[in-house]
Amino acid sequence: MADTIILEVERFHPERDTEPSYQSFEVPLRADWMVLDALNYIKDQLDGSLTFRWSCRMGICGSCGMMINGVPKLTCETLLTNFAPGPVRVGPLDHFPVVKDLVVEMDDFMAKLQKVRPWIVRKDDFEPQREFIQTPAQLEAFHQFSLCINCTLCYAACPVSGLDSNFIGPAAIALAHRYNLDSRDQGQEDRLDIISQHEGIWDCTVVGECSVVCPKGVDPSLAIQQYKLTATKEWFKSFLLPRGKN
Amino acid sequence: MPQYMTFQPKPYRPRMSAYWYLDQWHYLRYALRESSSFFVAYFCVITLIQIAALKAGPTHYAHFQALMRCPVVIVVNAFALIFILLHAVTWFLLVPRVALRQMLNKPTPDLIASAPNFMVWFGATVIVALFILGVF
Repeated sequence: MADTIILEVERFHPERDTEPSYQSFEVPLRADWMVLDALNYIKDQLDGSLTFRWSCRMGICGSCGMMINGVPKLTCETLLTNFAPGPVRVGPLDHFPVVKDLVVEMDDFMAKLQKVRPWIVRKDDFEPQREFIQTPAQLEAFHQFSLCINCTLCYAACPVSGLDSNFIGPAAIALAHRYNLDSRDQGQEDRLDIISQHEGIWDCTVVGECSVVCPKGVDPSLAIQQYKLTATKEWFKSFLLPRGKN
Repeated sequence: MPQYMTFQPKPYRPRMSAYWYLDQWHYLRYALRESSSFFVAYFCVITLIQIAALKAGPTHYAHFQALMRCPVVIVVNAFALIFILLHAVTWFLLVPRVALRQMLNKPTPDLIASAPNFMVWFGATVIVALFILGVF
């Protein structure tokens, strides 16, 4: 195995460049290094102007997601040796505006996330005097979807997100679904109004890559398809029993 | 008046290529799966033509059979069959996984969820084959 590997890193300076270009760096190829370690080596030793996000280094914070050889991955849990002898091409997440180098603008995603109300909604004046007890089955119903870390790799993998910027997207829908399945929540109806719009679940054409790239094993594609079933059932109910809710 | 300039980012907004589905094999597989719907429609039209020929009488049906024996039509049909199989397999892999999860409210292994569909499909194929071979 060679001692070094070439990293081709996408560079973009918002005050100087009109479009991104690639810059090559030769970095040590160490068996225990992740791609993030190589990027930190570049920043510390070769070019301090390289800009990228990272924090926890253990696949929890979800901030170091980037395109590695065209596939969205968390750089902190992607071994550099997987790409030997190289070169390895590192770019910002697809389908997001690029702020600088490998940093993308998340504002649109944050707005969409807030729109689906990803928190427990109560309609009554319920004030818990003790813990809200859930059975293991009730927990199991939503647990998988609660593992989402908002890394947005699923948005980068989803061509629909790239083609239609209005699409609410996999993670936001999966998180909405997570709260719908929670036995403590009463906000399903409110979320359905937002998510059953065209730019919600019906924009998804089941490419399925969101579920493949998720580093936490969440299955947003499944959440969206389940939501489609729920929305269809609700539509039939409102069609057959238009006064059912009154 | 501040002496500094406020930060006004001009983010680069990438545009997707019109040929994005050629970038990765899984995107191409998706595009092929979606385009298989065209061949489903093609076989529906063929079936309608067959029914119309059957209704019109033996002469028309013989014409229809002659058309189906034409080498070009055989090649087109063989090509369409590959896409129909792709369509059916991807459908059977997807639908029960979602439907079962919805009904049982817990994850079901993909193989177990899809197996009944494939078994019914295989059974139906055997019955149709036996009819064509004149066993019934």
